[in-house]
Amino acid sequence: MPVNVRMSNVVIRAACLLVAAALAALSPATQASTEENRLANGMRVVVKTDRRAPVVVVMLWYKVGSVDEVNGVTGVAHVLEHMMFKGTESIKAGEFSRIISAAGGRENAFTSHDATGYFETLQSSQLELALKLEADRMNNLVLSPEEFTKEIKVVMEERRWRTEDRPRSLVFEALKATALTAHPYRRPVIGWMSDLENMTVNDAADFYRRWYAPNNALLVVVGDVEPREVFALVEKYFGPIPARTLPVRKPQNEPVQRGARRATVKAPAELPYVVMAFRAPPLRDAERDWEPYALDMLAAVLDGNEAARLNRTLVRGERVANSVGASYDGIARGPGLFYLIAIPTRGRSAAEVESALRREMAKIIEEGVTEEELNRVKAQAIAAQVYQRDSMSFQAQQIGSLEMAGIPHNTIDVQLKKLREVTPEQVREVARKYFRDEALTIVQLAPQPLSTRRPVAPPAGVRHGR
Amino acid sequence: MGVERWLIGLLVLALAGPAAAILPIQHWQTAGGARVYFVENHDLPMLDLSVEFPAGAAYDSAEKSGAASLTNGLLRLGADGMNEDEIARGLADIGAQLGASSETDRAGLSLRTLSSARERRQALDTFARILRNPSFPQDVIEREKVRLIGALKEADTKPSTIVAVNFYRLVYRNHPYALRSRGEVATVEKLTRDDLVSFYQRHYDRRYAVVALMGDITRGEAEAIAEEVTRDLPQGNGLEPPLPPVSRLDTGVRRFIAHPASQAHILIGAPAIRRGDPDYFPLFVGNHVLGGGGFVSRIIEEVRQKRGLAYSAYSYFSPLKRAGPFVIGMQTQREQAGEALRVVDSTLREFVTNGPTEDELSATKRNIIGSFPLRIDSNRKIHGYLALIGFYRLPLSYLEDFADNVGRVTIADIKDAFARRVDPERMVTVVVGPEPAAVAAR
Repeated sequence: MPVNVRMSNVVIRAACLLVAAALAALSPATQASTEENRLANGMRVVVKTDRRAPVVVVMLWYKVGSVDEVNGVTGVAHVLEHMMFKGTESIKAGEFSRIISAAGGRENAFTSHDATGYFETLQSSQLELALKLEADRMNNLVLSPEEFTKEIKVVMEERRWRTEDRPRSLVFEALKATALTAHPYRRPVIGWMSDLENMTVNDAADFYRRWYAPNNALLVVVGDVEPREVFALVEKYFGPIPARTLPVRKPQNEPVQRGARRATVKAPAELPYVVMAFRAPPLRDAERDWEPYALDMLAAVLDGNEAARLNRTLVRGERVANSVGASYDGIARGPGLFYLIAIPTRGRSAAEVESALRREMAKIIEEGVTEEELNRVKAQAIAAQVYQRDSMSFQAQQIGSLEMAGIPHNTIDVQLKKLREVTPEQVREVARKYFRDEALTIVQLAPQPLSTRRPVAPPAGVRHGR
Repeated sequence: MGVERWLIGLLVLALAGPAAAILPIQHWQTAGGARVYFVENHDLPMLDLSVEFPAGAAYDSAEKSGAASLTNGLLRLGADGMNEDEIARGLADIGAQLGASSETDRAGLSLRTLSSARERRQALDTFARILRNPSFPQDVIEREKVRLIGALKEADTKPSTIVAVNFYRLVYRNHPYALRSRGEVATVEKLTRDDLVSFYQRHYDRRYAVVALMGDITRGEAEAIAEEVTRDLPQGNGLEPPLPPVSRLDTGVRRFIAHPASQAHILIGAPAIRRGDPDYFPLFVGNHVLGGGGFVSRIIEEVRQKRGLAYSAYSYFSPLKRAGPFVIGMQTQREQAGEALRVVDSTLREFVTNGPTEDELSATKRNIIGSFPLRIDSNRKIHGYLALIGFYRLPLSYLEDFADNVGRVTIADIKDAFARRVDPERMVTVVVGPEPAAVAAR
């Protein structure tokens, strides 16, 4: 529903997170191109024409996420995302969704550490309606205390559903809060419950006034559209909105880690769950960097297919793990993390899967990876470029998330080229450099029996909600 | 109505454009009797393919619950002289993606591959060998059983699983739709290699195979592929595997199951409708107003927008080969479960009695008809419809007729269909979380 928090702690099992778009194999007729424009007020627009169906995806990105929150009001970026459906000076609460629905559209929104996005999918003839409504709520949102009082309860329900009652979500929440000390990625996107309980409508209003401005927005339009017509409509609806002076963003760099960190989460479960996270650099310069590409390939060699190392060795071979995973989030405004995840087989312990993961890391550091393994995951990455073209919303998502992390979307081809140039020695080198105890955080779930009694009485605020 | 006609007209115009080329579904049978459904489209250099059978969990027995799903999962773990790693590597080397799915009625394999000659040939060769000659290695079966039992025990600690397992048991009682698709710990422990082999031999029958193809190949190529992937499949015993009819609930049932989670997980429902039933469109359109229309449906309005009781609240019909369920679901803070139940109950009763308003019906039709192009805007979605139409033997014109079928639904149709199919007095309600006393007291 309009609140799909893309928690960056949800580890995506993808062969490749960095790569994207065009491939020589695509026929010229369907080769999608992008065109870009910038309004006088600073708003940027990227249009990608895709004429396979008479449909358009409109995705408006604000470069503001939980990373821009301060202590005491964590979760406000996401709460504001909810409130964006609660009316403007000319549209009543809930009307936004009704209008889009009656036009045959679907709408939704998401909040991440880095950004907040709003999107509509419609027949391409309805493009103007979506632009008009988005422009309206960029500048004219009405934040009423009555609507806020109801909606903050919904967000608290969302936190219960997403995190409180899910032991593995609690593990990731603890992991971020342990691995990072200064950088705001340590705080959950959905916010701490105490902060939600004490949030006011003014907190949301302040956040809106500070960050929702055309010069902090990127509009991505993908579909059966003419770029020039899109630019003209965008000018008409967003052009009159004045730019604002944005707050200064402080870097909040994470200090050097000086030793391994550990935490344990106790919650009702049957199997333990172990997550190891190593600090690793994110992509900053698509042309010059090489380490992020090597890290991406490292994750794929470990977990990019069923015969990849972790599954083949730990699940199928040694049978110490019920399942395994590896991933690297290299597209981010803040620090990157490389994750290794394992669930032990029944009867095996968290310590046993942890040492099995460590053995696999050591093997790569000592022996490297083979040319064959690397070619396999490159082939997967190349094919994935074609498959991804099947989804318009994926394409819009990809353009936006790159741009929010400061990576130009038109480096997608360069990224694929760089990825294909990664050598086995480079993969070994990043493993050697980043698989170090000094940069490691381990969090494990210690399963507790399913007592039918509540483990802890919730604080009063949770019970009453308002 | 004027607006709707205009929209349908617009839709037809829209479909005359790029979509027109993808709508004509080509259909034929292979020499062995498999039904084939094909849409040719060369926009992207890729192919989506699936082969499915009446081999889902509905064909499990209570004693061998989980056999269907385990059989399906084992296919890719050894076949025709290849071990599981060789299969996985062979597909990854050419960027092909193999899927195995086992649902209530149907189960099978799917493949996504580049359509270029080398990649396609290698992917199809592996796919066909897996399907026709799986080896069910004893050692791998033992390992997969251990993994599955671990996963089942884990799932059994989660309120979302507990509510669903109990809900389906109460709704379907002795019918196989009551069985959990992955099986139970006690039944999985006892499954043997013979069980899987005989399930495969009986249910992966080429005469009842449904092949769906979408993408960058010609009709001639599609015919050859369909023959190739179904050739030498088992022949079963000649009969389509039977499924018993579902009996209606005699009375309503309420079940409370204590759990320490902070939210109560709630499911309410009953057996309702099979695929292809003439009541489908009135129920589908009516439910869109009731709880299927996302933000603009009545349940979300009452539960979430007006009262802030839940993050998600919804209702849907899930038509199956036999009467699939009508389901209302939500999660809410355990202390307010009683209030949420009362709100949903009165919302449902009001809707079943009075149906939607004219405005609601008109807005809903505009949404469903207007968003039709969104249902078929990718190869993956079109392939999904081919597989669905094929398996359930829906008319080939299902997609073309969709807008008309929605457009002609009236308030009277909806009231009539709901009155016959959804009886608020005879529903199963399962609440996982709070004790019944805690709910009743509020």
